[in-house]
Amino acid sequence: MNNLAYKRETFRDDYTYRNSPAAIRRFPFPFAEDHYMYSVNIEQHQPGAPGSIVEHAFDIDEHYVSECKDKLLTLAQDKGRYAALPHMMDAQWDFLELTMESLARDYPQLFTLTKDVDHWTWRNRPLEIEDSFIFGDASTLPLEPFDYMGRQVQGDFVLLDQREGTLFADAGFITSQADWSLAFDIGMSWHEWHGPVPQVEKMGIMDRALKFLMSLQQGSPVRRLNWTMTINPRLDTSPEHFPEWGPDKLTVTPQNAGEKAHLRVELQSMFRLPRSNAILFSIRCYLISLEELATYPRWAKRFHRVLKDLHPDLLEYKGIKVYHEAVLAWLSQHDDGAEIAAGTHPG
Amino acid sequence: MSALKVIVSAIEQVADGICHFTFAAADGGELPGFSGGSHVVVSMPAHNRTYRNAYSLLSSPADRRNYQIAVRLQEQSRGGSRFMHEQVKVGSRLDISWPVNLFPISRVGHKHILVAGGIGITPFMSQVHELLRTGADFELHYAFRSPQYAGFIDQLQQLLGKNLICHDQSQRQVLDLQALLSQQPLGTHVYVCGPAGMVDALLSTAYELGWPDAHVHHEEFLAPPIGEPFTLRLKQSGKSVEVGAEVSMLEAMEAAGVDAPYLCRGGACGRCELEVLATDGVIEHHDHYLSDAEKGSGKKIMPCVSRAKCSFIELNL
Repeated sequence: MNNLAYKRETFRDDYTYRNSPAAIRRFPFPFAEDHYMYSVNIEQHQPGAPGSIVEHAFDIDEHYVSECKDKLLTLAQDKGRYAALPHMMDAQWDFLELTMESLARDYPQLFTLTKDVDHWTWRNRPLEIEDSFIFGDASTLPLEPFDYMGRQVQGDFVLLDQREGTLFADAGFITSQADWSLAFDIGMSWHEWHGPVPQVEKMGIMDRALKFLMSLQQGSPVRRLNWTMTINPRLDTSPEHFPEWGPDKLTVTPQNAGEKAHLRVELQSMFRLPRSNAILFSIRCYLISLEELATYPRWAKRFHRVLKDLHPDLLEYKGIKVYHEAVLAWLSQHDDGAEIAAGTHPG
Repeated sequence: MSALKVIVSAIEQVADGICHFTFAAADGGELPGFSGGSHVVVSMPAHNRTYRNAYSLLSSPADRRNYQIAVRLQEQSRGGSRFMHEQVKVGSRLDISWPVNLFPISRVGHKHILVAGGIGITPFMSQVHELLRTGADFELHYAFRSPQYAGFIDQLQQLLGKNLICHDQSQRQVLDLQALLSQQPLGTHVYVCGPAGMVDALLSTAYELGWPDAHVHHEEFLAPPIGEPFTLRLKQSGKSVEVGAEVSMLEAMEAAGVDAPYLCRGGACGRCELEVLATDGVIEHHDHYLSDAEKGSGKKIMPCVSRAKCSFIELNL
């Protein structure tokens, strides 16, 4: 992926976002079986197969330039999408260092980082950015370190401070969230911001996940996939802008579902940061229309079966209920009922 | 768990029975950054077994050229501290874990009182660098038996000046915890590391004075205590492991090739928790992690420091 042809496309208004055949093939389809159950499904975030979305710590793909432009549009509309409490400055520098070092190492044709002790120079060729600054001195950067690099990496980012036996969401850069609000969650503790997840508390899942994350070690990052659905390829499905995207849910029909309805998969990865002892929670969003998904018949069949018997609480939580029937009707044309082997692979 | 490969680049005696080791990355590069209060677990390959002990990092977190640890020769060493003192030389190669921090400075505190007793000074060595860098309001109280036991005293005096308050017991300078803790401004955090008696005294004084739990921090790594031998049955793997009198359950499992999780190996972090399915005796809980209710239930155990007085104990592993 070193010579990416960046697509010029939009994630709003005329929605010109599309996936190339190569992007479809590497899409992180999350369902290995016909039935879905909420689980924590955490694994080590070690480098995966070449060309896959987990080849590198942070995935840069054909949507990079357009997605970064969309971030700027969202930030310009709503400054509250970036927030960092004052005690998170060390974590901000940790984030800048991790992302700059990772991108420069993994995509040397696109990004370069040169260091002369604390004097660093960063070059981002796709976005035509070049800045020299003193590491640790925020006044030498045009923006705060977290804001500066948050605009140059695809995905959303939360920095969690670990104290008092829990984790606090004390900084965030959130422009492509699946219907949750940074302004609402900033400063909240683990159990507070997971309050709304259905059927989870009674399973003790959140307690176990918290314990696991609190002992997350530097040098051993982890990842998991999560999923939901979005109507139209829209990154910014925030509660603040619900009037702009919410009503789209009512426009889905069995005829247009293939084009309008998208499976939205989040690659969530978690890193322990060195200086701050904070945790970086990175949420990278991948969107694929049902039509694109059906390029691979086993994906369409499996998604049909997963959606068909999804628990009503999860349909409600993921906001799928209103267009559930229309999506099932579209997908059912692609499901002959034949048995499919376990696994998430496309063909 | 991935290990860091290091070479011992210097060894120095810093106080009676305390050796100071400097590690450099074996590949000649930089070591990972860390936060004040972090420790590493050092693996010590003795001829018949591997010891693993946690030691605080002493150097400035900003300096990634090397790590420093201090090891006190334990009078009743199970082998680890003796190995470090007698077997490890300049040029020795060791595996250490990535840094882990179970004793961080609170980033929301307004003032920080650090209280060290003897070798308990070690986690504060990196913390004071961090506090100085961020310009935080703090003071370090250092209690020791006599000046020959006061490791790092010159270095600390130079770094901290009047922010270092020494309590030399040989000069009858007693640390008055009641006085110290009863007149601090709102938003102050207190941190203690030292002998068990000192930690307990500080925790109970803070509690009696109404300090919020979240503002009182302590670090106390335990060595696994000696007990009686027993048999460990592992339900999932069907393995049976003999636990000798002088090894911990965790060490016995590792020696038997069982991949059991761990982080601090000192009963503090909770990572190694295992589920107890059955035993014909009594669990001897030694950790600081489980609540009294959890200990009472008999369903959980921290195999790094706890053991059982029994003929067998069955775990869900």
